[in-house]
Amino acid sequence: MNPLIDNLGLVLEALGTTLLMAVVAGVGSIVLGVLVTVARVSPIRALRVAAFGYVQFFINVPLLALLLLAVFALPDAGLMLPLTPTAIIVLIVYEAAYVAEAVRSGVNTVAVGQLEASRALGLTLAQSLRLVVLPQALRAVVQPIGNVMIALAMNTALAAAVGVVELTAAVNKINLVAAQPILIFSSAGVIYMGIALAIGLAAGRVERKVAIVR
Amino acid sequence: MTAQLIPDRPAPARRSSRAPRYAAAFLYDEPGPQAKRRHLIGSLVSCLVFAVVVALGLWQFASHGQLDPEKWAPFTDPAVWQYLFVGLLGTLEATAVVAVLGAALGVVLAFGRMSHRVWIRRLSGGYIEIARTVPVLLMIYLMLFGLPQIGINVPTLWKLAIPLTIANSAVFAEIIRAGVLSLPRGQREAALSLGLRSTQATRLVVLPQAVRNVTPSLVTQLVSLMKDTSLGFIVAFTELLYRGQVLATYLHLLIPTYIVVTFIYLVVNGSLSALAAHLQQRLHRTGSPIPRLPRLPALSGTSRKAS
Repeated sequence: MNPLIDNLGLVLEALGTTLLMAVVAGVGSIVLGVLVTVARVSPIRALRVAAFGYVQFFINVPLLALLLLAVFALPDAGLMLPLTPTAIIVLIVYEAAYVAEAVRSGVNTVAVGQLEASRALGLTLAQSLRLVVLPQALRAVVQPIGNVMIALAMNTALAAAVGVVELTAAVNKINLVAAQPILIFSSAGVIYMGIALAIGLAAGRVERKVAIVR
Repeated sequence: MTAQLIPDRPAPARRSSRAPRYAAAFLYDEPGPQAKRRHLIGSLVSCLVFAVVVALGLWQFASHGQLDPEKWAPFTDPAVWQYLFVGLLGTLEATAVVAVLGAALGVVLAFGRMSHRVWIRRLSGGYIEIARTVPVLLMIYLMLFGLPQIGINVPTLWKLAIPLTIANSAVFAEIIRAGVLSLPRGQREAALSLGLRSTQATRLVVLPQAVRNVTPSLVTQLVSLMKDTSLGFIVAFTELLYRGQVLATYLHLLIPTYIVVTFIYLVVNGSLSALAAHLQQRLHRTGSPIPRLPRLPALSGTSRKAS
């Protein structure tokens, strides 16, 4: 008998934590990532430099190091939140850099004529960003953002290393009692594959719906 | 026509007053006196906001004594740096091992996924999809607890390297496949018509050009791989983050140690990322060496599809 089914309550609760982290961090990182991209095209030099530095920092630093820093070290400086929110915040700021890179490549696919036309019509910068550039850029990068979201769902597993009881931590705990590692971890792997598949299918659906045929 | 609105790196400082001032100069007209004043105010306000945030952070750190000189004094000791340096060597060792194994396996998988035989294609495709969608941490737990149970015990390096190779070979395979698909099919056809065998055409004509075209992506993936070796922390493999954690516990200095470790990762990976950006730019400048022939309409129906 599969020990995961014997401990169904614990597994479901842990799966809920994983999904909660993935959804909240996913939405948060998309919002933050788009804001960072907007900062990267702004006419204000300080914002452009800051956004560039932000992306470079989080793309070059391991998530696990950031999690350790936020969970174990920052309380020394009096900065402490409950465990799961801390992990979610770290995931948001980390994955936002990847979302920003994806959106950037989308902004680069917007034809120059679109911008010239919006300027010729007298739209302000904020208007042409909001009404012309971002809608087209985001439609072009649905699939890449879907890939970032899949990576994010996989990365929620790292929260297990700092003590968040999500799916990986829960099955590890069950394994310590049941000692059937191959069966248990493979089953958990199948659950993660299901999550990734769902994100991939959703991204495909959204893309078919919003894609612009040029 | 499209333009690179946001460059990979910020544009270099203005060389002449005639040069376009903004990297994304398509978005706005050359600013007049009013716009210049608004931009100046915007710059000042954002700089002020950044300064306040940094100051608040520093104040928070200082009020908890995290900025005291004695907290940072150990990091003037060469022995501490030597200790961390050994960890960095471990990180580089694991990265090198996984990069070599993962790239070799990735090439095999990439061509497997484009094979003429259905079962090889399905097998490679299935492996790639599974390996990309299972967390590496889960595979590491499987190695840690599963293998000893069936009587296999591997050295610590391999407990880290095998799961990372499984995950990264799938990514390398997809990058190399993208490179192969980006080549005009005439390259392979020409090689075959010159009398090369299929393996020769792949080895001598297709692969070198494909790898050349995707070198920036490969280097970017190398950065991601080096970040992932920080999972060695879980299996107690001597790498940078693990050494950092031991040092933090030993010195009872969590914040300074983790900040220093993060900084080391930033420097090493940042140089690799800069290399990737440089390669990308060179590729943009020189372009592909292969002339792009217009595709015949009759052929477009039979063009290769990404499966």
